[in-house]
Amino acid sequence: MFKRLSLPEASAQQTVNVYFDGRQVTAQDGDTIAAALLSAGIDACRTTPVSGSPRGPYCMMGVCFECLIEVNDIPNVQGCQVLVKEGMQIRSQNGARRLG
Amino acid sequence: MTTCDFAVVGGGLVGSAIAYGLAKAGHRVSLLDEGDVAYRASRGNFGLVWVQGKGLEIPSYSQWSMSSASLWPSLSDELRELTGVTTQHQAPGGVHLCYSRKEMELRQRDLTLLAEATGGQFDFAMLDHEQLREMIPEIGESVTGASWSRWDGHANPLYLLRGLHAGFLRCGGTFLPGSKVQRVHQNGASFVIEREGERVLAERVVLAAGLGNRHLAPQVGLHAPLIPNRGEILVTERMRPLLNLPTTYLRQTGEGSILMGDSHEDVGFDEGTETPVLSNIAQRAVRALPALANTRVVRTWGALRVMTPDGYPLYQASLSHPGAFVACCHSGVTLAAAHAKRLAPWIAGDSLPSEIAPFTAERFDVQTVIPA
Repeated sequence: MFKRLSLPEASAQQTVNVYFDGRQVTAQDGDTIAAALLSAGIDACRTTPVSGSPRGPYCMMGVCFECLIEVNDIPNVQGCQVLVKEGMQIRSQNGARRLG
Repeated sequence: MTTCDFAVVGGGLVGSAIAYGLAKAGHRVSLLDEGDVAYRASRGNFGLVWVQGKGLEIPSYSQWSMSSASLWPSLSDELRELTGVTTQHQAPGGVHLCYSRKEMELRQRDLTLLAEATGGQFDFAMLDHEQLREMIPEIGESVTGASWSRWDGHANPLYLLRGLHAGFLRCGGTFLPGSKVQRVHQNGASFVIEREGERVLAERVVLAAGLGNRHLAPQVGLHAPLIPNRGEILVTERMRPLLNLPTTYLRQTGEGSILMGDSHEDVGFDEGTETPVLSNIAQRAVRALPALANTRVVRTWGALRVMTPDGYPLYQASLSHPGAFVACCHSGVTLAAAHAKRLAPWIAGDSLPSEIAPFTAERFDVQTVIPA
Protein backbone atom coordinates (compact mmCIF):
# COMPACT_ATOMS: atom_id res chain seq x y z
CA MET A 1 0.00 0.00 0.00
CA PHE A 2 1.34 3.40 -0.96
CA LYS A 3 1.37 6.28 1.51
CA ARG A 4 1.67 9.96 0.80
CA LEU A 5 4.70 11.84 2.00
CA SER A 6 3.26 14.06 4.74
CA LEU A 7 4.62 17.30 3.46
CA PRO A 8 3.04 20.33 5.17
CA GLU A 9 1.89 21.84 1.88
CA ALA A 10 0.34 18.52 0.82
CA SER A 11 -2.02 18.50 3.76
CA ALA A 12 -3.16 21.98 2.82
CA GLN A 13 -4.10 20.88 -0.71
CA GLN A 14 -7.70 20.72 -1.82
CA THR A 15 -9.32 17.38 -2.44
CA VAL A 16 -10.71 16.38 -5.82
CA ASN A 17 -13.24 13.61 -6.46
CA VAL A 18 -12.80 11.36 -9.50
CA TYR A 19 -14.43 8.06 -10.47
CA PHE A 20 -12.59 4.83 -11.29
CA ASP A 21 -14.86 2.22 -12.92
CA GLY A 22 -17.75 4.02 -11.20
CA ARG A 23 -16.18 4.02 -7.75
CA GLN A 24 -15.52 7.40 -6.15
CA VAL A 25 -11.85 8.08 -5.43
CA THR A 26 -10.74 11.07 -3.40
CA ALA A 27 -7.48 12.56 -4.65
CA GLN A 28 -5.55 15.73 -3.98
CA ASP A 29 -5.40 18.61 -6.38
CA GLY A 30 -2.14 18.25 -8.31
CA ASP A 31 -2.11 14.44 -8.24
CA THR A 32 -1.65 12.57 -11.47
CA ILE A 33 -4.30 9.97 -12.15
CA ALA A 34 -1.74 7.22 -11.56
CA ALA A 35 -0.76 8.68 -8.18
CA ALA A 36 -4.41 9.07 -7.20
CA LEU A 37 -5.14 5.42 -8.07
CA LEU A 38 -2.14 4.09 -6.16
CA SER A 39 -2.90 6.19 -3.09
CA ALA A 40 -6.44 4.81 -3.15
CA GLY A 41 -5.02 1.27 -3.14
CA ILE A 42 -5.82 0.57 -6.80
CA ASP A 43 -2.76 -1.12 -8.24
CA ALA A 44 -4.21 -2.60 -11.45
CA CYS A 45 -5.82 -0.31 -14.00
CA ARG A 46 -5.61 -2.25 -17.23
CA THR A 47 -5.21 -5.70 -18.77
CA THR A 48 -2.70 -6.47 -21.50
CA PRO A 49 -3.79 -6.93 -25.15
CA VAL A 50 -1.91 -10.23 -25.53
CA SER A 51 -2.53 -12.33 -22.39
CA GLY A 52 -5.10 -10.24 -20.53
CA SER A 53 -2.97 -10.12 -17.40
CA PRO A 54 -3.47 -7.16 -15.03
CA ARG A 55 -1.10 -4.17 -15.01
CA GLY A 56 -0.81 -0.96 -13.01
CA PRO A 57 1.24 2.25 -12.73
CA TYR A 58 4.97 1.51 -12.64
CA CYS A 59 7.47 4.11 -13.84
CA MET A 60 5.34 7.17 -13.02
CA MET A 61 7.26 9.21 -15.57
CA GLY A 62 5.68 8.48 -18.94
CA VAL A 63 7.92 5.79 -20.38
CA CYS A 64 6.54 2.36 -19.45
CA PHE A 65 2.93 2.69 -20.64
CA GLU A 66 1.76 0.33 -17.90
CA CYS A 67 -0.73 2.83 -16.44
CA LEU A 68 -2.98 3.10 -19.52
CA ILE A 69 -6.57 3.97 -18.71
CA GLU A 70 -9.62 5.48 -20.37
CA VAL A 71 -10.29 9.07 -19.32
CA ASN A 72 -13.64 10.62 -20.16
CA ASP A 73 -14.02 8.05 -22.99
CA ILE A 74 -10.56 8.66 -24.48
CA PRO A 75 -8.72 5.30 -24.60
CA ASN A 76 -5.02 4.53 -23.97
CA VAL A 77 -4.29 7.59 -21.84
CA GLN A 78 -1.12 7.45 -19.75
CA GLY A 79 -2.40 7.92 -16.21
CA CYS A 80 0.92 9.24 -14.91
CA GLN A 81 0.91 12.11 -17.40
CA VAL A 82 -2.52 13.58 -16.69
CA LEU A 83 -3.61 15.48 -13.56
CA VAL A 84 -6.90 14.68 -11.84
CA LYS A 85 -9.85 17.02 -12.34
CA GLU A 86 -13.09 17.17 -10.37
CA GLY A 87 -15.63 14.65 -11.64
CA MET A 88 -13.23 12.90 -14.03
CA GLN A 89 -14.53 9.52 -15.28
CA ILE A 90 -11.67 7.04 -15.37
CA ARG A 91 -12.10 3.47 -16.59
CA SER A 92 -9.79 0.47 -16.82
CA GLN A 93 -8.18 -0.02 -20.21
CA ASN A 94 -8.99 -3.64 -20.85
CA GLY A 95 -7.01 -5.15 -23.73
CA ALA A 96 -6.29 -3.21 -26.91
CA ARG A 97 -8.30 -0.05 -27.47
CA ARG A 98 -11.39 0.07 -29.58
CA LEU A 99 -11.51 2.44 -32.49
CA GLY A 100 -14.29 5.01 -32.47
CA MET B 1 39.94 -19.13 -41.63
CA THR B 2 36.41 -20.47 -42.06
CA THR B 3 35.96 -22.93 -44.91
CA CYS B 4 32.54 -23.75 -46.33
CA ASP B 5 30.58 -24.78 -49.42
CA PHE B 6 28.80 -21.45 -49.70
CA ALA B 7 29.40 -18.01 -48.30
CA VAL B 8 26.36 -15.74 -48.40
CA VAL B 9 27.25 -12.08 -48.05
CA GLY B 10 24.35 -10.18 -46.45
CA GLY B 11 22.19 -11.29 -43.51
CA GLY B 12 19.02 -9.45 -44.51
CA LEU B 13 15.91 -11.13 -45.86
CA VAL B 14 17.37 -12.05 -49.25
CA GLY B 15 20.65 -13.43 -47.90
CA SER B 16 19.02 -15.18 -44.96
CA ALA B 17 16.39 -16.88 -47.13
CA ILE B 18 19.03 -18.16 -49.53
CA ALA B 19 21.38 -19.21 -46.71
CA TYR B 20 18.51 -20.99 -44.95
CA GLY B 21 17.54 -22.81 -48.16
CA LEU B 22 21.12 -23.92 -48.77
CA ALA B 23 21.71 -25.01 -45.16
CA LYS B 24 18.43 -26.91 -45.07
CA ALA B 25 19.53 -28.85 -48.15
CA GLY B 26 22.58 -30.00 -46.19
CA HIS B 27 25.29 -27.65 -47.49
CA ARG B 28 27.88 -26.05 -45.24
CA VAL B 29 27.00 -22.38 -45.33
CA SER B 30 28.47 -19.24 -43.76
CA LEU B 31 26.26 -16.16 -43.57
CA LEU B 32 28.21 -12.92 -43.27
CA ASP B 33 26.36 -9.92 -41.89
CA GLU B 34 27.72 -6.41 -41.58
CA GLY B 35 25.98 -5.44 -38.34
CA ASP B 36 23.70 -2.68 -37.18
CA VAL B 37 25.57 0.04 -39.07
CA ALA B 38 24.30 -1.41 -42.35
CA TYR B 39 21.30 0.13 -44.11
CA ARG B 40 19.04 -2.68 -42.96
CA ALA B 41 16.19 -2.57 -45.47
CA SER B 42 15.00 -5.82 -43.87
CA ARG B 43 14.38 -4.09 -40.54
CA GLY B 44 12.33 -1.28 -42.02
CA ASN B 45 9.90 -2.82 -44.46
CA PHE B 46 6.14 -3.01 -44.48
CA GLY B 47 5.50 -6.74 -44.48
CA LEU B 48 3.30 -7.39 -47.50
CA VAL B 49 3.36 -10.69 -49.33
CA TRP B 50 2.08 -9.06 -52.47
CA VAL B 51 1.30 -10.12 -56.03
CA GLN B 52 -1.39 -7.92 -57.59
CA GLY B 53 -0.11 -5.26 -59.96
CA LYS B 54 3.44 -6.61 -60.04
CA GLY B 55 4.99 -7.56 -63.37
CA LEU B 56 3.05 -5.33 -65.76
CA GLU B 57 6.19 -4.88 -67.89
CA ILE B 58 7.71 -8.35 -67.25
CA PRO B 59 4.90 -10.84 -66.54
CA SER B 60 7.29 -13.55 -65.37
CA TYR B 61 7.78 -11.37 -62.27
CA SER B 62 4.12 -11.90 -61.51
CA GLN B 63 4.65 -15.65 -61.90
CA TRP B 64 7.75 -15.56 -59.68
CA SER B 65 5.77 -13.65 -57.03
CA MET B 66 2.85 -16.11 -57.29
CA SER B 67 5.25 -19.00 -56.91
CA SER B 68 6.59 -17.44 -53.74
CA ALA B 69 3.12 -16.62 -52.40
CA SER B 70 2.17 -20.28 -52.96
CA LEU B 71 5.27 -21.51 -51.13
CA TRP B 72 4.87 -19.06 -48.24
CA PRO B 73 2.58 -21.24 -46.06
CA SER B 74 5.03 -24.13 -46.18
CA LEU B 75 7.96 -21.82 -45.38
CA SER B 76 6.06 -20.33 -42.48
CA ASP B 77 5.05 -23.77 -41.16
CA GLU B 78 8.51 -25.25 -41.39
CA LEU B 79 10.10 -22.23 -39.67
CA ARG B 80 7.61 -22.57 -36.84
CA GLU B 81 8.24 -26.29 -36.46
CA LEU B 82 12.00 -25.87 -36.70
CA THR B 83 12.44 -22.78 -34.54
CA GLY B 84 9.20 -21.95 -32.72
CA VAL B 85 9.16 -18.55 -34.44
CA THR B 86 5.78 -17.61 -35.93
CA THR B 87 5.88 -15.27 -38.94
CA GLN B 88 2.21 -14.24 -38.52
CA HIS B 89 1.74 -14.99 -42.21
CA GLN B 90 -1.83 -14.62 -43.38
CA ALA B 91 -3.18 -14.72 -46.91
CA PRO B 92 -6.72 -13.36 -46.74
CA GLY B 93 -6.28 -11.63 -50.11
CA GLY B 94 -5.47 -7.95 -50.43
CA VAL B 95 -7.00 -4.81 -51.86
CA HIS B 96 -5.72 -1.84 -53.81
CA LEU B 97 -7.99 1.12 -53.10
CA CYS B 98 -9.21 3.42 -55.88
CA TYR B 99 -10.62 6.91 -55.44
CA SER B 100 -12.32 7.56 -58.79
CA ARG B 101 -14.03 5.76 -61.64
CA LYS B 102 -11.12 6.58 -63.87
CA GLU B 103 -8.70 5.00 -61.41
CA MET B 104 -10.92 1.89 -61.26
CA GLU B 105 -10.92 1.63 -65.07
CA LEU B 106 -7.15 1.97 -65.33
CA ARG B 107 -6.63 -0.58 -62.60
CA GLN B 108 -9.00 -3.03 -64.25
CA ARG B 109 -7.27 -2.57 -67.60
CA ASP B 110 -3.79 -3.16 -66.13
CA LEU B 111 -4.77 -6.21 -64.12
CA THR B 112 -6.67 -7.68 -67.07
CA LEU B 113 -3.50 -7.41 -69.16
CA LEU B 114 -1.58 -9.08 -66.35
CA ALA B 115 -4.13 -11.90 -66.12
CA GLU B 116 -3.86 -12.47 -69.88
CA ALA B 117 -0.06 -12.29 -69.86
CA THR B 118 0.12 -14.98 -67.17
CA GLY B 119 -2.31 -17.25 -69.02
CA GLY B 120 -4.99 -16.60 -66.42
CA GLN B 121 -2.86 -17.73 -63.50
CA PHE B 122 -3.10 -14.29 -61.93
CA ASP B 123 -6.74 -13.58 -61.14
CA PHE B 124 -8.48 -10.68 -59.46
CA ALA B 125 -11.85 -9.03 -58.98
CA MET B 126 -12.95 -5.40 -59.03
CA LEU B 127 -15.08 -4.44 -56.03
CA ASP B 128 -17.45 -1.49 -55.88
CA HIS B 129 -17.83 0.52 -52.71
CA GLU B 130 -20.57 -1.69 -51.27
CA GLN B 131 -18.66 -4.92 -51.92
CA LEU B 132 -15.56 -3.39 -50.39
CA ARG B 133 -17.49 -2.30 -47.32
CA GLU B 134 -18.57 -5.89 -46.76
CA MET B 135 -14.87 -6.75 -46.41
CA ILE B 136 -13.82 -3.58 -44.56
CA PRO B 137 -16.80 -2.09 -42.69
CA GLU B 138 -14.77 1.01 -41.67
CA ILE B 139 -13.87 1.95 -45.27
CA GLY B 140 -14.15 5.67 -46.04
CA GLU B 141 -16.96 7.14 -48.16
CA SER B 142 -14.50 8.65 -50.64
CA VAL B 143 -13.10 5.25 -51.63
CA THR B 144 -14.75 4.40 -54.96
CA GLY B 145 -13.81 0.74 -54.90
CA ALA B 146 -10.82 -1.57 -55.08
CA SER B 147 -9.13 -4.36 -56.93
CA TRP B 148 -8.98 -7.55 -54.88
CA SER B 149 -6.68 -10.51 -55.35
CA ARG B 150 -6.63 -13.79 -53.48
CA TRP B 151 -2.86 -13.98 -54.04
CA ASP B 152 -2.06 -11.22 -51.56
CA GLY B 153 -1.28 -11.40 -47.87
CA HIS B 154 1.08 -10.15 -45.21
CA ALA B 155 3.49 -11.27 -42.51
CA ASN B 156 5.63 -9.82 -39.74
CA PRO B 157 8.95 -9.13 -41.50
CA LEU B 158 10.94 -9.01 -38.26
CA TYR B 159 9.72 -12.43 -37.17
CA LEU B 160 10.40 -13.72 -40.66
CA LEU B 161 14.00 -12.53 -40.44
CA ARG B 162 14.38 -13.97 -36.95
CA GLY B 163 12.84 -17.26 -38.09
CA LEU B 164 15.17 -17.50 -41.09
CA HIS B 165 18.21 -16.81 -38.92
CA ALA B 166 17.10 -19.33 -36.28
CA GLY B 167 16.26 -21.89 -38.97
CA PHE B 168 19.63 -21.36 -40.61
CA LEU B 169 21.43 -21.99 -37.30
CA ARG B 170 19.21 -24.99 -36.61
CA CYS B 171 20.27 -26.49 -39.94
CA GLY B 172 23.92 -26.15 -38.98
CA GLY B 173 24.72 -22.82 -40.65
CA THR B 174 27.49 -20.56 -39.39
CA PHE B 175 26.48 -16.97 -38.73
CA LEU B 176 29.31 -14.45 -38.91
CA PRO B 177 28.08 -10.98 -37.95
CA GLY B 178 30.02 -7.89 -37.10
CA SER B 179 31.88 -6.37 -40.00
CA LYS B 180 31.58 -5.36 -43.60
CA VAL B 181 32.94 -7.51 -46.40
CA GLN B 182 35.63 -5.46 -48.15
CA ARG B 183 36.83 -7.75 -50.88
CA VAL B 184 35.80 -10.90 -52.71
CA HIS B 185 38.15 -12.66 -55.10
CA GLN B 186 38.75 -16.03 -56.63
CA ASN B 187 41.74 -18.10 -55.64
CA GLY B 188 41.98 -21.28 -57.68
CA ALA B 189 38.69 -23.13 -57.35
CA SER B 190 37.46 -21.19 -54.33
CA PHE B 191 36.52 -17.70 -53.28
CA VAL B 192 38.17 -15.65 -50.59
CA ILE B 193 35.86 -13.26 -48.76
CA GLU B 194 37.83 -10.68 -46.83
CA ARG B 195 36.76 -8.41 -44.07
CA GLU B 196 38.52 -6.73 -41.20
CA GLY B 197 40.71 -9.29 -39.47
CA GLU B 198 39.03 -12.26 -41.11
CA ARG B 199 38.99 -14.32 -44.28
CA VAL B 200 36.31 -16.81 -45.23
CA LEU B 201 37.04 -19.44 -47.85
CA ALA B 202 34.10 -20.78 -49.83
CA GLU B 203 33.57 -22.87 -52.92
CA ARG B 204 30.79 -20.55 -54.02
CA VAL B 205 29.77 -17.07 -52.99
CA VAL B 206 26.34 -15.43 -53.09
CA LEU B 207 26.24 -11.64 -52.95
CA ALA B 208 23.02 -10.63 -51.21
CA ALA B 209 24.28 -7.48 -49.56
CA GLY B 210 21.50 -5.16 -50.69
CA LEU B 211 22.92 -1.79 -51.69
CA GLY B 212 26.37 -3.13 -50.76
CA ASN B 213 26.21 -5.33 -53.87
CA ARG B 214 27.04 -2.24 -55.94
CA HIS B 215 30.66 -2.45 -54.85
CA LEU B 216 30.98 -6.21 -54.37
CA ALA B 217 29.46 -7.44 -57.64
CA PRO B 218 32.14 -5.96 -59.97
CA GLN B 219 34.84 -7.81 -58.00
CA VAL B 220 33.51 -11.12 -59.37
CA GLY B 221 32.51 -10.00 -62.86
CA LEU B 222 28.93 -9.04 -62.01
CA HIS B 223 27.05 -5.77 -62.32
CA ALA B 224 24.56 -4.46 -59.74
CA PRO B 225 23.54 -0.88 -60.55
CA LEU B 226 21.30 -0.42 -57.50
CA ILE B 227 19.67 2.78 -56.34
CA PRO B 228 18.37 3.55 -52.83
CA ASN B 229 14.72 4.54 -52.71
CA ARG B 230 13.31 5.68 -49.41
CA GLY B 231 9.99 4.64 -47.97
CA GLU B 232 8.60 6.11 -44.76
CA ILE B 233 6.26 4.23 -42.43
CA LEU B 234 4.06 5.25 -39.50
CA VAL B 235 2.78 2.85 -36.87
CA THR B 236 -0.13 3.41 -34.51
CA GLU B 237 -0.91 2.21 -31.03
CA ARG B 238 -2.37 -1.30 -30.79
CA MET B 239 -6.06 -1.64 -31.48
CA ARG B 240 -8.72 -4.30 -31.64
CA PRO B 241 -9.14 -5.90 -35.07
CA LEU B 242 -10.29 -3.29 -37.58
CA LEU B 243 -8.72 -4.17 -40.90
CA ASN B 244 -8.78 -7.87 -41.59
CA LEU B 245 -6.96 -7.80 -44.91
CA PRO B 246 -3.99 -5.77 -46.13
CA THR B 247 -4.09 -2.92 -48.63
CA THR B 248 -1.12 -1.58 -50.58
CA TYR B 249 -0.39 1.03 -47.89
CA LEU B 250 -2.32 0.01 -44.77
CA ARG B 251 -2.20 -3.19 -42.79
CA GLN B 252 -3.02 -4.21 -39.25
CA THR B 253 -0.34 -6.32 -37.61
CA GLY B 254 -0.88 -9.43 -35.53
CA GLU B 255 -0.33 -7.28 -32.42
CA GLY B 256 -3.02 -4.80 -33.49
CA SER B 257 -0.96 -1.82 -34.68
CA ILE B 258 -1.83 -0.25 -38.01
CA LEU B 259 1.12 0.27 -40.32
CA MET B 260 0.76 3.04 -42.92
CA GLY B 261 3.09 4.08 -45.62
CA ASP B 262 4.45 3.67 -49.10
CA SER B 263 6.38 6.81 -49.98
CA HIS B 264 8.89 6.50 -52.82
CA GLU B 265 11.61 9.10 -52.40
CA ASP B 266 14.85 9.70 -54.22
CA VAL B 267 16.96 11.10 -51.37
CA GLY B 268 20.24 9.21 -51.70
CA PHE B 269 21.29 7.37 -48.55
CA ASP B 270 19.21 9.47 -46.14
CA GLU B 271 17.25 7.07 -43.90
CA GLY B 272 15.45 9.83 -42.00
CA THR B 273 11.83 10.95 -42.00
CA GLU B 274 10.23 14.21 -43.13
CA THR B 275 7.06 15.64 -41.64
CA PRO B 276 5.37 16.60 -44.95
CA VAL B 277 5.82 13.05 -46.24
CA LEU B 278 4.55 11.49 -43.00
CA SER B 279 1.65 13.92 -42.94
CA ASN B 280 0.66 12.97 -46.47
CA ILE B 281 0.79 9.26 -45.62
CA ALA B 282 -1.37 9.85 -42.53
CA GLN B 283 -3.91 11.89 -44.49
CA ARG B 284 -4.25 9.16 -47.10
CA ALA B 285 -4.70 6.59 -44.35
CA VAL B 286 -7.47 8.62 -42.71
CA ARG B 287 -9.15 9.02 -46.09
CA ALA B 288 -9.18 5.24 -46.47
CA LEU B 289 -10.21 4.54 -42.86
CA PRO B 290 -11.70 7.69 -41.26
CA ALA B 291 -11.77 6.05 -37.81
CA LEU B 292 -7.96 6.31 -37.78
CA ALA B 293 -8.24 10.08 -37.25
CA ASN B 294 -8.39 9.54 -33.48
CA THR B 295 -5.52 7.11 -33.13
CA ARG B 296 -2.04 7.88 -31.87
CA VAL B 297 0.99 7.35 -34.02
CA VAL B 298 3.65 5.86 -31.78
CA ARG B 299 6.62 5.53 -34.12
CA THR B 300 7.81 6.52 -37.58
CA TRP B 301 10.86 5.53 -39.58
CA GLY B 302 12.46 5.65 -42.99
CA ALA B 303 14.21 2.79 -44.77
CA LEU B 304 15.96 2.42 -48.10
CA ARG B 305 14.60 0.06 -50.72
CA VAL B 306 17.12 -1.75 -52.86
CA MET B 307 16.01 -0.76 -56.35
CA THR B 308 17.34 -1.72 -59.75
CA PRO B 309 16.82 0.83 -62.57
CA ASP B 310 13.57 -0.91 -63.64
CA GLY B 311 12.47 -2.06 -60.17
CA TYR B 312 12.68 -5.77 -61.00
CA PRO B 313 15.03 -8.17 -59.21
CA LEU B 314 18.54 -9.10 -60.25
CA TYR B 315 19.65 -12.74 -60.14
CA GLN B 316 22.78 -13.70 -61.97
CA ALA B 317 25.59 -16.22 -62.05
CA SER B 318 28.99 -14.85 -62.97
CA LEU B 319 30.46 -16.13 -66.24
CA SER B 320 33.96 -14.85 -65.57
CA HIS B 321 33.99 -16.15 -61.97
CA PRO B 322 32.03 -19.44 -61.98
CA GLY B 323 30.49 -20.06 -58.58
CA ALA B 324 29.76 -16.39 -57.83
CA PHE B 325 26.15 -15.20 -57.77
CA VAL B 326 24.35 -11.96 -57.12
CA ALA B 327 20.77 -11.70 -55.80
CA CYS B 328 18.94 -8.51 -54.97
CA CYS B 329 15.41 -7.22 -54.98
CA HIS B 330 13.18 -4.90 -52.99
CA SER B 331 10.55 -7.54 -52.21
CA GLY B 332 12.45 -9.59 -49.68
CA VAL B 333 9.30 -10.52 -47.78
CA THR B 334 7.13 -11.55 -50.74
CA LEU B 335 9.96 -13.46 -52.37
CA ALA B 336 11.40 -15.08 -49.22
CA ALA B 337 9.77 -18.44 -49.93
CA ALA B 338 10.92 -18.50 -53.56
CA HIS B 339 14.42 -17.51 -52.49
CA ALA B 340 14.62 -20.31 -49.91
CA LYS B 341 12.92 -23.01 -51.96
CA ARG B 342 13.68 -22.24 -55.61
CA LEU B 343 16.57 -19.78 -55.85
CA ALA B 344 18.79 -21.61 -53.36
CA PRO B 345 18.51 -24.93 -55.28
CA TRP B 346 19.53 -23.12 -58.48
CA ILE B 347 22.59 -21.67 -56.73
CA ALA B 348 23.38 -25.20 -55.54
CA GLY B 349 23.33 -26.51 -59.10
CA ASP B 350 19.74 -27.16 -60.15
CA SER B 351 18.34 -25.64 -63.33
CA LEU B 352 17.34 -22.00 -63.39
CA PRO B 353 13.69 -21.33 -62.45
CA SER B 354 12.21 -20.24 -65.78
CA GLU B 355 10.47 -17.19 -64.30
CA ILE B 356 13.73 -15.50 -63.37
CA ALA B 357 15.52 -15.91 -66.70
CA PRO B 358 14.87 -12.26 -67.65
CA PHE B 359 16.40 -10.84 -64.48
CA THR B 360 20.05 -10.54 -65.45
CA ALA B 361 21.94 -7.25 -65.54
CA GLU B 362 22.28 -7.19 -69.33
CA ARG B 363 18.84 -5.58 -69.47
CA PHE B 364 20.36 -2.41 -68.00
CA ASP B 365 22.83 -2.09 -70.87
CA VAL B 366 22.19 0.44 -73.62
CA GLN B 367 19.61 -1.04 -75.93
CA THR B 368 18.09 -0.03 -79.20
CA VAL B 369 14.35 0.33 -79.04
CA ILE B 370 12.73 -0.74 -82.28
CA PRO B 371 9.37 1.03 -82.73
CA ALA B 372 6.51 -1.40 -83.09
